[in-house]
Amino acid sequence: MLNTEPNIASPDDFYEALLSIHQGLAPEQSRQVDARLILLLCNHIGDLSVLREAMARARRGIEPDGIDNTIAART
Amino acid sequence: MHVDYQSLRFEYRRSPDQSSLQVVRHAVVVVGAGPVGLATAIDLAQSGLRVLLLDDDSSLSTGSRAICFAKRTLEIFDRLGCGDAMVEKGVTWNRGRVFHRDHPVYSFDLLPEGGHERPAFVNLQQYYVEGFLLDRARALPDLEIRWRNKVTAVEPGEAGVGLLVETPEGEYRILADYLIAADGARSPIRRALGLESKGRTFRDRFLIADVRMKADFPAERWFWFDPPFHPNQSVLLHSQPDGVWRIDFQLGWDADPEAERAPERVITRVRALLGENAAFDLEWVSVYTFSCLRMARFRHGRVIFAGDAAHGVSPFGARGANSGVQDAENIAWKLALVLRGEAPATLLDSYDDERVAAADENILNSTRSTDFITPKNEASRAFRDATLDLARDCAFARRLVNSGRLSLPSTYRASPLNTADTDDFAGTMMPGAPALDAPLMREGAPNWLLRRLGGGFVLLHFGEAPPPVPETLPPLRLVNVTPDEDAEGVAARRYDALPGTTYLIRPDQHVCARWRRFDPEAICAALDRAVGRA
Ligand SMILES: Cc1cc2nc3c(=O)[nH]c(=O)nc-3n(C[C@H](O)[C@H](O)[C@H](O)COP(=O)(O)OP(=O)(O)OC[C@H]3O[C@@H](n4cnc5c(N)ncnc54)[C@H](O)[C@@H]3O)c2cc1C
Repeated sequence: MLNTEPNIASPDDFYEALLSIHQGLAPEQSRQVDARLILLLCNHIGDLSVLREAMARARRGIEPDGIDNTIAART
Repeated sequence: MHVDYQSLRFEYRRSPDQSSLQVVRHAVVVVGAGPVGLATAIDLAQSGLRVLLLDDDSSLSTGSRAICFAKRTLEIFDRLGCGDAMVEKGVTWNRGRVFHRDHPVYSFDLLPEGGHERPAFVNLQQYYVEGFLLDRARALPDLEIRWRNKVTAVEPGEAGVGLLVETPEGEYRILADYLIAADGARSPIRRALGLESKGRTFRDRFLIADVRMKADFPAERWFWFDPPFHPNQSVLLHSQPDGVWRIDFQLGWDADPEAERAPERVITRVRALLGENAAFDLEWVSVYTFSCLRMARFRHGRVIFAGDAAHGVSPFGARGANSGVQDAENIAWKLALVLRGEAPATLLDSYDDERVAAADENILNSTRSTDFITPKNEASRAFRDATLDLARDCAFARRLVNSGRLSLPSTYRASPLNTADTDDFAGTMMPGAPALDAPLMREGAPNWLLRRLGGGFVLLHFGEAPPPVPETLPPLRLVNVTPDEDAEGVAARRYDALPGTTYLIRPDQHVCARWRRFDPEAICAALDRAVGRA
């Protein structure tokens, strides 16, 4: 189960470290860093059911406002 | 002997059906002499049925289409009597390498264990595959092929299917008990029946070039993401027989397919990969957009769809022709039993159950690969690039790199033809699984398990001696594997076999049931189930 209770011993240190890796980065560069970070952390957690729970929580409340690059096919 | 299968032209010949006063009836008509139609027709004819195969054209496939033929497909071709020709001519390969920019990130060995007669893959131009199938088809007296016979109308009925066929000498009608529509992705028969194949098209274009050259690349699959010679896009390089190389260049959606086909343009792209001074000839060039799609159901009464007519995938994973050939062998034995009155027509519904599930598996795999290669939004692109970056020094990320998960046969886990295990078994040979090969010895000579299984329903028994078979058991072939024959114990390991272990294997070499002892009553029940009589 996804742990949403406090789990990080020094939350302010963590938060500062998280922001500091983005310091001076352009949005696309930050996107790259975040993507790598997410992959590293997901692999560390490993348990797909926990990951799915986290993904669902992250996605909650966001109405899709973009388009995917595929087209419906019908022949 | 070298045959240039691409240049063969087949003559139209008038059939007596065209002058007959009465509409002539055929047990099975297969439409389409592509790999799937040819394989279906051969399989049916081998089981003793008369088969009529119609094709609207007078030649085999030309240009750059399928090249990668998987182990299971080769094993099916073995059963159809043309596997040796394919493997002899084909380029055998097991290894794939993936590069990002200018460094290697990942390599895989598709067949890391020995003890299989056939390799993970051979590369072979589609026209050779069709040519070798055709050679085999022509050796079967019960198989008639009519070239330049185009099916233009289909009238499905309770008692049979009416076909209108157009030839250079005008139209004629025939009737079929069953019609196999293997008429390709655009399937005129699907359209004629008002049916659809639905799914997604990926907004991307690929330049597929076949190049003839002398090169010292190894026989491996090389895939580049964002290489210096073709920035921001991917490239795939593969070797084929006769010194031909397949090169796929990803172009992006905005590319102009007409302009990209121009030889000067293609030559520039190929030079960028091979070097300025490379000497090569362009064999064939096409530009494709890929889709993943399928029909809702493949069986429509007496009309049964197979191959690209029923489903389509992007080529990353080589699942098109490979899965179509598995459709062919799935429908062939079932239809043969139904036509001989040895199984109820409802057995044909299990073709739908099994092959629709297989198509979904192929579409899932192919879609995932295409989503990696052609990121469908900004986030897919970011994760793709992050994966490739991490793959350099993080082992886990290499497993995420997806340049194509190459075709493996489906296990029909949920098939209604399976009998669930009642005994304890470990390993992969569960009911619904395609039987694995294993090396055996026989009378001092090497022999392969799948060759021994052959076709038809087979009881595979492990033990010193075959068990006594009571008369109550229907006439089944029994293959007994002794510990001496299985000297290395590979078969016993792969089948988790102990003395007495018995498998019931279907004519398409999928497992339908297994037990720890030879139990005639259980075998009868499982056999009934496997032919749709349960
Ligand atoms: C670039 C590319 C690469 C590919 N690579 C691979 C790969 O590596 N491995 C793989 O497994 N697959 C691959 N594929 C897919 C593979 O080519 C197809 O899946 C395969 O050809 C499907 O075979 P089929 O017999 O179903 O249809 P087809 O090969 O399309 O054959 C259909 C036949 O039906 C005939 N026909 C059509 N209409 C009628 C009519 N009205 N009357 C009579 N006859 C008719 C046609 O003339 C044709 O001969 C690739 C495809 C492409 C485009």
